[in-house]
Amino acid sequence: MGTTTADLEIDARGSFCPGPLMELIKAVRQSDVGKKIAVLSRDPGSRTDIPAWVKKAGHDLVAIEDADDYARFVVEKTH
Amino acid sequence: MGEDATSDKLAIALFSGTVDRLQAAATMAAGAAAMGMETHIFLMFWGVDAFRKDVIDTTRPVSAEYGDRGKEVAAAMEAKGVPPWHAVLRMAADVGDLHVHACAMTMDLLDIPMEHLDPMVEDVIGVATFVELSRDGNILFI
Repeated sequence: MGTTTADLEIDARGSFCPGPLMELIKAVRQSDVGKKIAVLSRDPGSRTDIPAWVKKAGHDLVAIEDADDYARFVVEKTH
Repeated sequence: MGEDATSDKLAIALFSGTVDRLQAAATMAAGAAAMGMETHIFLMFWGVDAFRKDVIDTTRPVSAEYGDRGKEVAAAMEAKGVPPWHAVLRMAADVGDLHVHACAMTMDLLDIPMEHLDPMVEDVIGVATFVELSRDGNILFI
């Protein structure tokens, strides 16, 4: 499991592209500014999609951590 | 749309009713909606048929041009738990600015009243209205 702490952890490892991104977007919407949201994904598309969305939406990608067969993305809601 | 506000736009003329094309259209729409684009789907012919309440959740055929490979893909989608195209679209409508319109001419041709379509379909419009909605955006024909 990842080392970067988060206020909310979403396990989207069962989700298919673009599910993990969608789950992340919903969670960011529902969170308060300053909160960190982690999403676990097995979807290889998340590797490009999550950073692209975070950049577009203007939030911060705090960390991408690799595990055996999934990745953990930690996003901070900045506004 | 707040933080995702943008002037970008994607419009899809969805003609097909085969599951692989519906899945591709839904995925494109979901990606566009997620990235904050104003996204419009215009259902024509088999696209309208696929959104009928009584068939939307049933198994649909795979595009014939791929022959037997279609069965492999359908089996792989089931085995990997890929969400059905209509679930992908509902997810997209949930996070983004997605609009589904039905083509007035098709509705008339196939004799489908609006109340027979899934509630995701917000209105019945003519092609000129769709083209106008798509202005300054890209139109995909699927």
